[in-house]
Amino acid sequence: MKSQIRKFVVDTFLFGSDEDMTDGSSFLANGIIDSTGVMELVAHLEKAYNIKIKDDELTPENLDSINAIAEFLAKKQSQPV
Amino acid sequence: MIKANFSRASLELDAAGETTRIVETLRRQLARDLHRRGVVVGLSGGIDSTVTAALAVRALGREKVFGLMMPERHSQSESSPLGLKVAESLGIEWIEEDITGILESVGFYRRYDEAIREVIPNFGPAWLSKLVIGGVAQGNGFTTFSIVAQSPDGKVVRERLPLHAYLGVVAATNFKQRTRKMLEYYHADRLNYAVAGTPNRLEYDQGFFVKNGDGSADIKPIAHLYKTQVYQLAEYLDVPLDIRQRTPTTDTYSMPQGQDEFYFALPYAQMDLCLYGLNNKLSSDIVATAAGLDPQTVERVWSDIMRKRTTTRYLHLPPLLIEEI
Repeated sequence: MKSQIRKFVVDTFLFGSDEDMTDGSSFLANGIIDSTGVMELVAHLEKAYNIKIKDDELTPENLDSINAIAEFLAKKQSQPV
Repeated sequence: MIKANFSRASLELDAAGETTRIVETLRRQLARDLHRRGVVVGLSGGIDSTVTAALAVRALGREKVFGLMMPERHSQSESSPLGLKVAESLGIEWIEEDITGILESVGFYRRYDEAIREVIPNFGPAWLSKLVIGGVAQGNGFTTFSIVAQSPDGKVVRERLPLHAYLGVVAATNFKQRTRKMLEYYHADRLNYAVAGTPNRLEYDQGFFVKNGDGSADIKPIAHLYKTQVYQLAEYLDVPLDIRQRTPTTDTYSMPQGQDEFYFALPYAQMDLCLYGLNNKLSSDIVATAAGLDPQTVERVWSDIMRKRTTTRYLHLPPLLIEEI
């Protein structure tokens, strides 16, 4: 799952160049995505993983790094639909 | 020393002295840099365009300033009358060009409605709407964009915009600013005038403008002034009271939309203090006391300011070349 998330971020926002980005790198702090980028990320995750992300789930804790997203997705996918 | 006495009073300027400085600079810019005979100003009836026009008149004389009102279907009803009041009080030549037809021709209203129908299927021309932003005050960069819409029978709904719909709304709405700028340059070209942009410091700093829309201009006489200071100059320049008292608005959507609903974390008076504090490296404690906030909120606003500087930097850039020419 982390590799899929990394691929999306690298392909969408970095044009294939990810030398400096670790799984724990903050997207916002490192200027990898902006507020529009957050929306792109949300749209991708909802479509790719068949989930609905609520307003109060749009937080850095859930979405601001590959590690955070992986943990968040695992939680979402374990919830009853 | 700034630190010990920082308060709202710290933003007070010498209005007469600053007016003289701007006037002298404008004359030099028109004569030496731009070689233009006067200035065109788009008049929205708001404080920024009014003060810009008043300064241009002080610098060049009323016969060398041309005022342009450009309402459209979604404009607030008081905008044009206030713009006219400004033009008449300054004694400048003016024209009103309703841009509804141009916007219809490029499909703005159709495109805008289509974008909103992605989340509100019944949305149509008889509805009112505005874009609002959430989460800015949290300052963590995770903002949400929602459309607030009112049906003809008065029911108000709010829906978060997904990416495609949000971009569609913004792209369509940007037609307004770009159409207005097109007309400003038409009149500037036929008169051999320069076009004045009217952003204040907060707007300029934070990228609150449309690229090649209201962001485009030959001169920006008040871009260095905090909005609080623009109001001070307005009083000094005898701007009519109703314009000075008008609540700042984007005047972009069919529902009234405050700038703090759409873009900024706080009302302008507090944003000015936060921006000033950041620019002058004050502590969040000192700024918080002056602005009536807690230090944590100041820190979050600063994070948002710095983030917006980064993400809107491209709006200030000229075209990027492969090599210097």
